[in-house]
Amino acid sequence: MISRRDILRIGATGAAAFGTVAAGIVLHRREQLTESRSLPTIRDHRTEKPPGAMDMVIVRGPDPAFNVRRAIDALGGMARFVRKGERVVVKPNIGWNRLPEQAANTNPDVVAEVVRQAHAAGASKVWLTDASVNTPEQCFARSGIEKAAGNAGASIVLPDARAFREVDVSGRILRTADVLYPFIDADRVINVPIVKQHGLSGATLSMKNWYGVLGGQRVTLHQSIFVSIVDLAVMMKPTLTIMDATRVLMANGPTGGNLADVKTMDTIAAGTDEVALDAFGATLLGLDPFKLGFVIEGLRVGLGTPRYKDLKLVELGS
Amino acid sequence: MFLQLRRAYQVVFLGLFLFLVVVTTPTLLRGYPADWFLGLDPLAAIATALATHSLHAHLLWALPLMVLTLIFGRFFCGWVCPMGVLHHALGYLARKRRKVDRVKQNEVRPSRAIKYVILTFFLGAATTGSVQIGFLDPIASTWRGLATSVVPVAGNITYGLYQGERHFHYGILVTLVFVGALSLNFVYPRFYCRVLCPLGALLGVLAKFSLFRISKKAELCKECEVCGAECQGAADPQGTVRVTECMVCLNCIGGCARGGLSYSFLPPPEQAITTINLDRRHWLGAGVAGAAFVPFARASDGVGPRPHPGRIRPPGAREESLFLDRCLKCGACMKVCPTGGLQPALNEAGLEGLWSPILIPRLGYCEYSCSLCGQVCPTGAIRKLTLVEKNGKPPIQAPVRIGSASFNKGRCLPWAYDTDCIVCEEVCPTSPKAIYLKQETMVVRDGTQKTLKRPYVDLEYCVGCGTCETRCPIVDSAGIRVSAANESRTPGSSISLMGGAKV
Repeated sequence: MISRRDILRIGATGAAAFGTVAAGIVLHRREQLTESRSLPTIRDHRTEKPPGAMDMVIVRGPDPAFNVRRAIDALGGMARFVRKGERVVVKPNIGWNRLPEQAANTNPDVVAEVVRQAHAAGASKVWLTDASVNTPEQCFARSGIEKAAGNAGASIVLPDARAFREVDVSGRILRTADVLYPFIDADRVINVPIVKQHGLSGATLSMKNWYGVLGGQRVTLHQSIFVSIVDLAVMMKPTLTIMDATRVLMANGPTGGNLADVKTMDTIAAGTDEVALDAFGATLLGLDPFKLGFVIEGLRVGLGTPRYKDLKLVELGS
Repeated sequence: MFLQLRRAYQVVFLGLFLFLVVVTTPTLLRGYPADWFLGLDPLAAIATALATHSLHAHLLWALPLMVLTLIFGRFFCGWVCPMGVLHHALGYLARKRRKVDRVKQNEVRPSRAIKYVILTFFLGAATTGSVQIGFLDPIASTWRGLATSVVPVAGNITYGLYQGERHFHYGILVTLVFVGALSLNFVYPRFYCRVLCPLGALLGVLAKFSLFRISKKAELCKECEVCGAECQGAADPQGTVRVTECMVCLNCIGGCARGGLSYSFLPPPEQAITTINLDRRHWLGAGVAGAAFVPFARASDGVGPRPHPGRIRPPGAREESLFLDRCLKCGACMKVCPTGGLQPALNEAGLEGLWSPILIPRLGYCEYSCSLCGQVCPTGAIRKLTLVEKNGKPPIQAPVRIGSASFNKGRCLPWAYDTDCIVCEEVCPTSPKAIYLKQETMVVRDGTQKTLKRPYVDLEYCVGCGTCETRCPIVDSAGIRVSAANESRTPGSSISLMGGAKV
């Protein structure tokens, strides 16, 4: 005779059995979902070139901020690159705990002027960030960039663990990468590198500056530095690149430290072709661009041309 | 009224303590006196004075506290001590419900004498040159517990919301001791303060002479024992109050319905017990044992002429035996270190050096343009350095070297695997770089030639900062390692004769 209690027990056991199987299936589906989840990619941030506009400009003069203004004007004004309401991220080199005079980080006046120009063009937000090599708080402070860019209205993003998100790169070496979030969210990207000597790659210029958007174990990329630099340059197609050669670190880079290694050049180069800009930067360091691995590699994959003089180029002196 | 005032003081001092701990980071420090509570600590002042025969400026705060204790008794324990507040709060949560049980929890126990033995042992050790009070000193313990155990957990579970992610070398041991001390409140309230605390013992000795004491009007007492049920120090207010145990919490006065107890100036001497009830032989034995601890500890291999290669001290650290004369193991330097490289030693500096600061370059390097550890050190174990003093001014003045780097050629990518890398050269902060490159051509496995850059260390420029080891892309055993040899603080440690020989 089956009692009511027995019926209840059978029911409970049945429910537990069903629950166990259902939970197992749901958890297994979850695993399949997490393993096949697709990562975001970084979009192409370039704007269309207006007819007759310049590709590249080189400006020389004693006032870095004025040089930046003249360079942007010569390219057709910031309105060519940033439209009203767009969100912009500015990427200087803030890698090192060094003073501006030591020329290991981008000149703070140059960075601040870029931020001001982006705001003037109607940007709704201007992020400023870099994944420093030394302690970020100290790099941002000692470089003078935090203060100068902050005063110009930039939203400073320190590269702490929460600031990185994983993206799909699908490069030849770099498959996925942890990237600072403004580079995923922004409408426009402005690269503001500094020209420096670099032991392994010869020089660190605009393409190499994209190392600074990465978190994680990025130093492993040095094993194949030229391919990885170009992987990064393919991943990140900036709207505009403004290369700072106000003070140039000729030796002991990229860290520097000794003022004797710094040469004042009072030069700004700007444009949309990073291979061309890097070729020009190399000449400032006394290097042959055609002997730089990442310039060759950039040319080979069709990223740009090292023959910057063949582009629509204007040079402005003081 | 007095009770509210005391609680207000406790909250304010705990708040101030936590504030000073929280601001001890590179971004927030801005000249706050991070070491103020440790400077206030008379035990730190006396122990380091016994060891060094001098008194560091920061510790001068301890003098007014000692004078006030001579006047007012052990008020520090009940009103100021941040660890005391934590014990007070936990003891309140853990206390028994019924009054009779509480009176029993708060009875005078012989175990109260243990803290005087601990105090005498530590002061004995200090006279022969080893300051070990930091293990049990409440201020140093709380500092260390927060800096190397609580704060890193808070940072790690919030993905680095505060101070980034941090990992401390066997930090779990600090946690166990710190949490263990707090948990003792569940044995009976303020177990640590009553039985173990060497600072409480020192203040108890001073309180023997105090001018203000709790006194009782016997004619008003109905022996209800409410005072005994609420007493923080187990000082027996229902009997004859023991001034060495009384923490001046004033609970007894607040609890007495008849106003039979008061805190008054020079009450009749028979209304208080000032003896500690520790045999003269016990005092002497503890002191001698402490003094003898040092030669025995130094017969072990922590401090001697063959140091552990991992005993890399922060820049500005004094020569090892002078360092051990001062270091309280409070962890303030580890808290402020911007890279998280300063770590509590486990066995690297011998038993004496347990939890003293060492640089573990795999966890973080010594930031070239930073000397914050010396700024927050309460005792001058790490000297304050300007950046010019730290980094030198060639050729007039040599930099402070904390160690030296060397390649593990069986592991380094260009050396062992014929692969490009040289991250170490890139990040090397000295100028000229201590790590330099040579272009070398070799025959690789398939018989073809390959040219790549191989890194070398130049000892003339290497300061041992460890940036290279931190950044080496090999995740566990780095291709370049820093050890303490060639550190400037130890004359006999030089590898090269670059800085002039001292033999």
